[in-house]
Amino acid sequence: MRGIPASMKVFKAGSPAQALKLLADHPLAVPIAGGTDFMVAWNMGLLNEKSVLDLSGIREWTRVEETPSGLRAGALATHAELRDHPVVRRRFPLLAQACASVGSVQIQNRGTIGGNIANASPAGDTFPALAVYDARVSVAGRDGMRSIPFVDSFAGVKKTILGQAELISAVDIPFPSAKPDRQVFRKVGTRTSQAISKTVAAGLLWLGKGGIVKEMRFSLGSMAPTVRRLRAAEGYLAGRRLTPDVVDTAAQLLAKDVSPIDDFRSTAEYRLEVSRNILRSFLAPN
Amino acid sequence: MARIAVGRSIPRVDADEKLRGAAKYLDDNRLPDCLYGVTVRSTIAYGTVKSIEFDPCCPWKDTVIARAVDIPGENCVAAIEADQPLLAPGRVMHPMEPILLVAHPDRNMVWQAPRHVKITYEEMEPVLSIEDSLSAKQLLRGQDNVFKSYLIEKGDIKKGFAAAEYIVEGEYRTPPQEHAYIEPHAMAAWVEKNGTIVVMGSMQCPYYVQKALKRIFPGGNIRVIQAVTGGAFGGKEDYPSMLAGHAALLAVKSRRPVKMLYDRAEDMAATTKRHPSVVRHRTGLTKDGKLVAQDIDVVFDGGAYLTLSPVVLSRGTLHAAGPYECPHVRVRSRAVATNTPPNGAFRGFGAPQTLFAVEAHWEKIAAETGLDPLKLRRKNLVKEGSCLATGQVLRESVGATEVLERCVKDSAYEKKRRRYAVLNKKPGPVWKGIGLALVHHGPGFTGSGEVMLASRAAVSLDRAGVVWVLAATTEMGQGEITVLTQIVAETLGLDPALVRVAAPDTDRVPDSGPTVASRTTMIIGGILMKAALKLKDKVALELGSFPTTAKGLECAGRRLAAKGEISFEGVYEKPPDIQWDENAYKGDAYGVYGYEAIAVDLEVDRTTYEVKVKAAFTATDVGRAVHPAMVRGQIAGGTVQGLGWALIENPVFSKGSMANNQFTNYTIPTFTDAPSLTLEIVEKPYSRGPFGAKGIGELPHNAPAPAVVAAVRNATGLLIPDLPVLPEKICHEFIRKKGRTQ
Repeated sequence: MRGIPASMKVFKAGSPAQALKLLADHPLAVPIAGGTDFMVAWNMGLLNEKSVLDLSGIREWTRVEETPSGLRAGALATHAELRDHPVVRRRFPLLAQACASVGSVQIQNRGTIGGNIANASPAGDTFPALAVYDARVSVAGRDGMRSIPFVDSFAGVKKTILGQAELISAVDIPFPSAKPDRQVFRKVGTRTSQAISKTVAAGLLWLGKGGIVKEMRFSLGSMAPTVRRLRAAEGYLAGRRLTPDVVDTAAQLLAKDVSPIDDFRSTAEYRLEVSRNILRSFLAPN
Repeated sequence: MARIAVGRSIPRVDADEKLRGAAKYLDDNRLPDCLYGVTVRSTIAYGTVKSIEFDPCCPWKDTVIARAVDIPGENCVAAIEADQPLLAPGRVMHPMEPILLVAHPDRNMVWQAPRHVKITYEEMEPVLSIEDSLSAKQLLRGQDNVFKSYLIEKGDIKKGFAAAEYIVEGEYRTPPQEHAYIEPHAMAAWVEKNGTIVVMGSMQCPYYVQKALKRIFPGGNIRVIQAVTGGAFGGKEDYPSMLAGHAALLAVKSRRPVKMLYDRAEDMAATTKRHPSVVRHRTGLTKDGKLVAQDIDVVFDGGAYLTLSPVVLSRGTLHAAGPYECPHVRVRSRAVATNTPPNGAFRGFGAPQTLFAVEAHWEKIAAETGLDPLKLRRKNLVKEGSCLATGQVLRESVGATEVLERCVKDSAYEKKRRRYAVLNKKPGPVWKGIGLALVHHGPGFTGSGEVMLASRAAVSLDRAGVVWVLAATTEMGQGEITVLTQIVAETLGLDPALVRVAAPDTDRVPDSGPTVASRTTMIIGGILMKAALKLKDKVALELGSFPTTAKGLECAGRRLAAKGEISFEGVYEKPPDIQWDENAYKGDAYGVYGYEAIAVDLEVDRTTYEVKVKAAFTATDVGRAVHPAMVRGQIAGGTVQGLGWALIENPVFSKGSMANNQFTNYTIPTFTDAPSLTLEIVEKPYSRGPFGAKGIGELPHNAPAPAVVAAVRNATGLLIPDLPVLPEKICHEFIRKKGRTQ
């Protein structure tokens, strides 16, 4: 292990106020929640001589509760808690599936939803689900709270739009106005578990009379520097019937909102083709 | 005959210690006043070191630095040749090549040191692929970049091709593979008061390490101790000699004990991999599918130094024609130099690469001739009396037919192959496929290798009445302590609990050769049987009979070993009818072969092209299963490791260096990737193996990959001739063929 414990300073916060104060005093401190991303970097020696802000003791941010309009998941709620939560399973099944696809059971037990967002990996497995559910991120800062749409919370690879003195406190997910007619979550990893996504997709579809698309929401991860909603395809499909030509056009439009690359895990060509296949079979199941 | 130990799945001798966490791996051994050593490595593939500067900001006074000039003897890691330096003396031949060593008392702080050493280079154009090496534009070795070449000729291939109705050509490629043992490389060294240099570590071959250290520290007394070793798969055959040299050099310089512990990233980037290969086949067959000519060209990428490449290539060459009989065969093979870290031993040792080619080629033959791959195998496989490419006549223990038929039956191969062909034409979420492979593996050293090793092992009785097994053979998780205990216990008629295996320590155990090549059960087991019989005769002579109870042994120990243990050594003796001509590459390449057939039943997702192996069925001729549960364990493990190589293990190299040197991105199978396994043991006893046993360790890795390729072809119609069969390759093939896939 290349991490040097003696070179690091750890500040432990017991409350949101204390966490914000510590962050204001030590703006370069690296926040740690479940530690599943942190420990990888620590092991590689990348966090030596840095200070650390331990958020894991903030009880207020661990709660998962149903509100009249949706679900509020504290930033420190783990993937395992969300995966097993009855409201998540009933109302947000794509999020439950996404949480169940994160790393391994051990990672699901430790990793938190807030930490997942703050880490801002392009491959975050929960992100497409949060994106299609129109989730919002609650951010605590010195001047109080602000709420931002989840899809707008990323500035780039491993970067959020959070200010230096801000922390994620919760994720708010509104109940959809109606039960979707179709939904899909699909993670394509390098193996069946403990894998990072090559592409990860979530989709919701509401159909009206005569099979006219009322609304389609579709989101992809690992296909761009940040998670993307397929705005072009979504806009095109609204009001249309899902004929083979329409499905084909939607699949072509997919490329408008993503920019996949070749890397260790896969190729741009594969990512695009398979993402299109997932969208196609969602829109036009056999 | 009812047996006491052999053929029974007794509890593993080492299980209790390992399950309780009491087993002492290298780092569990406390060494007072110890330093921790790290390696400063090259960051370029090829060039010369121009300057080395030590950043003055770093507190160097706390460190000990060792360089090439500190080496008292030869700057080499002696293996087959001595071309690999212990520390690069100026010329750098590959990325991650050791240049100097730094030791520090703080195991975490020491990692800071390499960042404060600034090395400048004059870079040269590196050779990074087999094709570049063969083009010889840049010469790394001799006049042609070839470390070693072999030629096997049987009959006359011209005649064979002239008689052929069909001639089918194919090219097959395999990637490097990482061993992914649980415990990364670890070594400690210290100097005793009497000047003896002691090294202790995670290793397969204590006497290889000793031999290498004798060149580095000439005249010195060298003692090598194996610590409990957390897996190896061949990866700890040659590299521990390098690491032991480093640890010992720092220990000698600092006069303190030194531990060197690689972390996963360093281990994966710096140490050996399976040799990548390109194998070309040109095959002639008669109208009804009988082989008449095999012309095979094999090239392995050896990496930057020779290390073990000649012997890996030898085994690859000798297995290249597969377990088939063909009248006219030519196998030409070469191992070539590139500016990548040297490739080394890995379970199968060259055979998985060439067997992949010959087995996958049946699918190509089937595609071009319309003949059925199972019928083709049935028609050509070896039987008793068959003659291999080297002219070796198979005299006994040939289970090829039995394993193939057993596997075909267990897996319902023929029925499924037909059913899937129909099913795959209908819509659905997946395509289904089933594929076969039939492989062999020669246990023990190749050709006259065992004669040259002249391995020794001993059995002794001590004063307390304990029967000891004394061998340099190492336990690395494969179960050798248990198997050797069983063989000696059975020979002496003892409860296995009365036999103990001594920990490998060159001061205590004789040189039994390396723990490699599936040779331990068959060769060392056989030597120990002879030694045990000598002990038995001696005790029986003195006491009238050999005691079989703890009390009786105690009594015998008191009477016969009062002045020290009585010990009897066995030495390897070549069976007189085994003949090998090293120059002509003709004769009995191996004393015997093990055989395995596998059927892989899988699904390919029509949306994502992901391949999910649902079930694997193996039938394996092991001669005699000394410990059936561990034999199944070897087969299960080798099968899953082979499936990983076939499907998901994808080493990415950039400028000669492994870029995905972490488990996050170099994905090996997890438990959820393992299929349902049906493992059948077939026993065709070998008269020269102890109780009929043949080696089993490597054979199961040979089979899965070509069966995967066959099954994917059955599912998709695509023949993917280069491993791994990634979903990306299937996808790209479909796009290339049809423009679109769904």
